[in-house]
Amino acid sequence: MLASLLQSAASTFDSPVIDFHALAPELVLIGAIVVVLLVDLFTPEGSRGIVPQVAGIGILASLVPVLTLALDGADRTMFGGAYVVDNFALVLKAMFLLTAYVVVLLSTNYIAEGDYAEGEYYFLLLCSLLGMTVMASSRDLITMFVALELLSIPAYMLAGWRKRDLHGNEAGVKYYLMGVFASAVMLYGMSLLFGLSGSTLLADIGTAVARGDGFGDTTPFITLGVVLVVVGFAFKVSAVPFHTWAPDTYEGAPTPVTAFLAVSAKAAGFVALLQLIMLAFIGRDDVVGPLMWVLAALTMTVGNLIALRQTNIIRMLAYSGVAQAGFMLAPLAVVGTNAEGAMRAVVTYLLIYAAMNLGAFAVVLAVARKTRSAEIDTWGGLFEYAPGLTVLMTVFLFSLAGIPPLGGWLAKFVVFQALLSPDLTAGGVALAVVVGVNSVIALYYYANIARQMWMNPVPDGDRTPVRIPFSLAAALALSVVVTVVFGVSNLATRFGDLATLLPA
Amino acid sequence: MDNNAFLTSWGLSLMVFLPLAGALLVMLLPKAEEQMIKVAALGASLASAAVGVAVLADFDYDSAETLQFVVDKTWIEVIRSNYLVGIDGLSVPLIALTLLITPLVIVYSWNHFPEPHNPKAFLTLMLVLHTGMLGSFVAQDLILFFVFFEIVLLPMYFMIGVWGGEQRQYAAIKFFLYTLFGSALMIVSFLAVFFVAGGESFSMVALAEGVADRNAAGDLAMITQVLIFGGMFMGFGIKVPMFPFHTWLPDAHTQAPTQGSVILAAVLLKLGTYGFIRVALFILPEAAVKWAPYIGGLAVIGIIYGALGCLAQTDMKRLIAFSSVAHMGFVMLGISTLTTFGLNAAVFGMVAHGLITGMLFFVAGSVKERFHTLEIKRLGGLLLQAPKMGWILGFCIMASLGLPGLAGFWGEFPAILSAYEPGAGLSEELFRTYMVIAAIGTVLAAGYLLWLFQRTAFGTPSEEFADADIDDVHVTEWIRGSRCSSSSSCSACSRT
Repeated sequence: MLASLLQSAASTFDSPVIDFHALAPELVLIGAIVVVLLVDLFTPEGSRGIVPQVAGIGILASLVPVLTLALDGADRTMFGGAYVVDNFALVLKAMFLLTAYVVVLLSTNYIAEGDYAEGEYYFLLLCSLLGMTVMASSRDLITMFVALELLSIPAYMLAGWRKRDLHGNEAGVKYYLMGVFASAVMLYGMSLLFGLSGSTLLADIGTAVARGDGFGDTTPFITLGVVLVVVGFAFKVSAVPFHTWAPDTYEGAPTPVTAFLAVSAKAAGFVALLQLIMLAFIGRDDVVGPLMWVLAALTMTVGNLIALRQTNIIRMLAYSGVAQAGFMLAPLAVVGTNAEGAMRAVVTYLLIYAAMNLGAFAVVLAVARKTRSAEIDTWGGLFEYAPGLTVLMTVFLFSLAGIPPLGGWLAKFVVFQALLSPDLTAGGVALAVVVGVNSVIALYYYANIARQMWMNPVPDGDRTPVRIPFSLAAALALSVVVTVVFGVSNLATRFGDLATLLPA
Repeated sequence: MDNNAFLTSWGLSLMVFLPLAGALLVMLLPKAEEQMIKVAALGASLASAAVGVAVLADFDYDSAETLQFVVDKTWIEVIRSNYLVGIDGLSVPLIALTLLITPLVIVYSWNHFPEPHNPKAFLTLMLVLHTGMLGSFVAQDLILFFVFFEIVLLPMYFMIGVWGGEQRQYAAIKFFLYTLFGSALMIVSFLAVFFVAGGESFSMVALAEGVADRNAAGDLAMITQVLIFGGMFMGFGIKVPMFPFHTWLPDAHTQAPTQGSVILAAVLLKLGTYGFIRVALFILPEAAVKWAPYIGGLAVIGIIYGALGCLAQTDMKRLIAFSSVAHMGFVMLGISTLTTFGLNAAVFGMVAHGLITGMLFFVAGSVKERFHTLEIKRLGGLLLQAPKMGWILGFCIMASLGLPGLAGFWGEFPAILSAYEPGAGLSEELFRTYMVIAAIGTVLAAGYLLWLFQRTAFGTPSEEFADADIDDVHVTEWIRGSRCSSSSSCSACSRT
């Protein structure tokens, strides 16, 4: 009985064709994860400086297959369409890998000099990164959920890495509770979508959602499913009113982890949102569009207004990150009339945002090495004793504010462009004006930091220069070059244009 | 011939980016080598000026209305923006003005770096500013124009905020926020006009043609054009500044260091009026007709308001700042007539105001240097103590109030005259009323300027100051003075 059952099961099971080239980036990363664990295991306490190097090399090594795949150029589909390697996946994988590499550079001295578990830190960081690279390829609800949990669970632990600090504990717990709550909401939405469409593939859900078929009148259920899934990811990208975890978590987590959460994890949320909206929900832009309009307008306005009041630079960057997420959500509000432009705008914005935000965190880390504080007051007179850092921070801040010729202006520009094209719609123009007004509000708090650095006196009179370790300098150099180059060249928009999920 | 080909393809770009290269060079020099830094900065600005003069000499003034030295290269093709530069009769005088002012400002800075000193940072910012200003005047692509237009913000912000007077931080952020607010609405308008005109190119000429085609076909709603013009109006109007948006100006001018005030008054304000002519009027001529009465109205309000504001000031620098509001009102009045004559008047007014107000700020800076105050009540007897400077001040004041024979006259008088006969579609009665009000404004201008001169230069000095340091300032100021008086009637050409 059992044997026959097994036999029949085996006979109907088709072994999937595995394209190892397509999976190579993830496989290399898994290799790196194992090596990191082993190195940590077999090196004595106190001489683990090699671990971050191994992690960094592992990340760069997995960038190689991403490049070969890009040169190869063919789209590769696996597992019945659940896992796809196309230009979109490759561009975002490259972004995730590079940002994670910068995060490793940021972590090197911070983790080594603090009282932290070092080997496990890089292990978890790489695991989370693996989840992100998988996320960029996932075109199926299950794959997407697995990727999401793979990237989130290590991040929950990393957020609480300062385990002897109450703020650190708060950061971890808050992030964890909010995260699993969001996952639950999202899963409920996914189950509705699966129940109505009978498939977990985003493409199949897309056709079912557009057709609105199922048993009887299922339109309200589809709407509910769409809304719940979007809300679930709204937590991930810290959109208002689901943003409340972000400032506390960012403040309590170790600063490199904050950078990782603010850039990579947020980008992963946007990648998932893009895939869901462009492939599965595009037929219901009557739901997604207005929802995104409201989320975007709320997110940027509330984020900006609260950021104005912050006295701690990490919290300020957290709220500014919330506001930036609002700018990134904005193009999705016009997905019904201009899906192509929205797609391009979000990806371009993500790339530029990653560079400039990581740079800002890198400077915060460098300055904190001297001031031992993240209070904005302690930044007074930075220009007098660290002119280089001041100029770099100025570049990053005004890039975030969107002042040409720094990268941020192009990011804002593509958002405006998506909102206004191809025809001027009332909703699009109104949101464009909201974006414009918010850019001005945002300038105030970015310029406030610049004011502290350039125009105020040194608060404690201590003018000893800031010593910047090599890895931090490398991270700064990488960020500033990318921020400026993205601003004056067509690179970012080219990538944004390439990375489309829509059929050509 | 070979030389010409090089100038045609590279001249403008070299002129624009040489200062930026200079800024990078200055950044790389060690901070202690102040002399080297100054020489490098001056060298970069002079090199740019030399290329600029070569270009302007090669410029074909007989066909000033066509774009010359055009370079069109793909830049960000995804958003259809090109690196498109070129100059015509409208750009030429403003480029000349910019090329003249910046080296002078650097020369002025030589021994007069405001606190907290740091020539390296100051001159780096100055050179970046120079690139931004020149770039704005040569860009013929809307996005390129926007980028250059915004580049000037950052250096100016730091110049005011770091090297400025007591209220510098407030003035700096006010300047920045006002301008950025205008820019944000302006970029929305730029994009809107891009899509309205067919979404093919950001070239200003192509956009103007696209809008004209749609107007000819009659399928472009007037309200759309009027709203788009409104966005540009906010952007440029704040920069000019026009009456209700002018409040950043007195603060910024007063608090900025002398060099910053000069650049602000001489060139930055012109970016606004230049943008009006180059972008707003040129691309949306039909919407301009609808807006012109309001622009004219705000312009004359600005003239009277600025003059009254001047009368109430107790600080010399603040007085000059308010006089800018009035003078830019004349320029805007000329623009609002939408006639060639009015636009010529406006262009001349821009250059004249740039030279005269720039010079006034230099004098104010020199006065501050010696007396450590600009409080008009405490000054007096300048002619006794420093007769040369006193007469320069007198000369500037005469020029500023529009004495015939000096440049100010050619800025104000034609602007008033042009309002007598406004362009097609505009109400003659209304503009003649404006004309009368503007004429009253010139009387007020004479009033406040002569009163200023009387209070500061005549009488007996209230403080004891013997100054030995007077001559090296003079070198630059004499240059400016002669330049100013000689520019009597070389006609500035503009298109439309």
